[in-house]
Amino acid sequence: MREIAIVAAKEFRDGLRNRWVLATTLAFAVLAIALAWFGAAAAGQIGFTRISTTIVSLASLAVFLIPLIALMMAYDSIVGEDEKGTLLLLMTYPISRVGLLAGKFLGHAGMLALSTALGFGIAAAVIGLVAEEAAFADLVGPFSLFIASAILLGWAFLALAYLISTITREKARAAGLALLAWFVFVLIYDLALLGVLVGTEGRVDQGLFQVLLLINPTDVFRLVNLTGFEEAAAASGMLSVVAEQGFSVGRLMAILAAWTVLPLALAAALFAARRH
Amino acid sequence: MNSVVRLENVSRHFGKVRAVVDLNLEVAAGEVLGLLGHNGAGKSTTMKMILGVLAPSAGQVQVLGENPRGRAAGHLRLQLGYLPENVSFYDNLSGREVLRYFARLKRIEIKHADHLLERVGLGEAADRRVRTYSKGMRQRLGLAQALLGAPKLLLLDEPTVGLDPIATRDVYDMINELRETGTSVILSSHVLAGVEKHLDRVAILAHGRLQADGTIDALRAQADLPLRIRARTTSLNGQVNERLAGLGLSARAVRADLIEFDAPASRKLEIMRALLADDDVSDVHVDAPSLESLYTHFNRLADAPEDANA
Repeated sequence: MREIAIVAAKEFRDGLRNRWVLATTLAFAVLAIALAWFGAAAAGQIGFTRISTTIVSLASLAVFLIPLIALMMAYDSIVGEDEKGTLLLLMTYPISRVGLLAGKFLGHAGMLALSTALGFGIAAAVIGLVAEEAAFADLVGPFSLFIASAILLGWAFLALAYLISTITREKARAAGLALLAWFVFVLIYDLALLGVLVGTEGRVDQGLFQVLLLINPTDVFRLVNLTGFEEAAAASGMLSVVAEQGFSVGRLMAILAAWTVLPLALAAALFAARRH
Repeated sequence: MNSVVRLENVSRHFGKVRAVVDLNLEVAAGEVLGLLGHNGAGKSTTMKMILGVLAPSAGQVQVLGENPRGRAAGHLRLQLGYLPENVSFYDNLSGREVLRYFARLKRIEIKHADHLLERVGLGEAADRRVRTYSKGMRQRLGLAQALLGAPKLLLLDEPTVGLDPIATRDVYDMINELRETGTSVILSSHVLAGVEKHLDRVAILAHGRLQADGTIDALRAQADLPLRIRARTTSLNGQVNERLAGLGLSARAVRADLIEFDAPASRKLEIMRALLADDDVSDVHVDAPSLESLYTHFNRLADAPEDANA
């Protein structure tokens, strides 16, 4: 356990040192504040309109940004140490492969959680202070849920990055796979589903379609942040199929959590089974 | 048994590649063993099996009386030091931060890490980022890392590759110091010149098999390579040549006043007496076979049967 804490602390400190945390925190805060003000520009309005609009546009942005940040943060976590030669060295220390992986993941997860909470938290505070229409009391609930689900989304893609990092033996290949994972989960998956839906003129089994949506963590994340707002659901296209079913937020968050645990467990198992 | 490392009939295969075949090797306390061989001869694989990173495909590995992959492995690892070949540490950390990180993982007090930095001569550069270090400084940092916790057994994989002669000497000075404190050292190298005086014993590997194992003197006796003798003569070489011909030897003239010939080591004194009896001889130089020629000899032996089979 001590070793895991040592590795996690180093990873976290590295993140502070190379300004990952600072850069992502600032990016989240600036984007969130900008969206709060210009999110309704398409409807001909400027300025903070309503919380639901802000959260929905934030969710649409976060779904692109957070997976990318998480994947880029951790794609080289294991394969990078392997290439440096420090992995071999660490294996002669009193730390197991699983312990090393757990420690590094905890460090990265802490970094990502910190910058997500800080970045969007700062944005919420600014909105509460500046916008007259927004009361703190109304902001706390939706933003808390948004931040919690964003952290889980980030962790899910961190776990995916760790899986990629353990199955590859070259950093360049891991980077390629990470980008591919981003394309598939964030862009291609929904397009393909939409294609199926249009191609069959909507004659897809409802249950099957729901399952397909719930398989993708980015869709689950969007559902979490849409179900809270009835009017937003109408503007969310395809997701409304599921949103209308009224999945409980708890269940959706559990799916996101599973998306963290399963790839990470698989990565740990594969890493532990490595011969050398 | 007092041996620090004991390999019994150890083999390791990677698929069809036989990296190490039926290896028997022992290292005593305070002994410095040189593991010599070409790239791919099985040196690193042998080290990894001693470290417990790799399991042998067959045979038994014992380190300090324990199985390095057994239940005592965690405790055992605290007593081993390892410097891998081609390790590049965390570039964005300072030397001090890197060493402190490894010290924490090895459960060693931080102040020892700082002390080690001084000892390897990195005191002044300790707070600079590793990115700015020269190859020699990185290797010193690696060595400091291997020395954390005063290990009983030190494994150094190519510790002097890419180092300048002074840095190389520093590394061997440190190894000599350690030997005096009873630390066993296994080091692999293919830079052979000047290494022999630092090694107690030599093990030569080729194609994963042990070709020779013993002190350098023992290997010289075993290889029975000729001595190379050079004699400087004051006048023409004729008289000396005649004398040598009487002993059944023929010399080459290197220069007008310098002759050279090979002779079996067993006849050294006989030949010396003959040369010294000659008034024309002004200087005599005898070269025992170097580690390099021993290495070449045993590697050639290893290759010979393979060629015959092919």
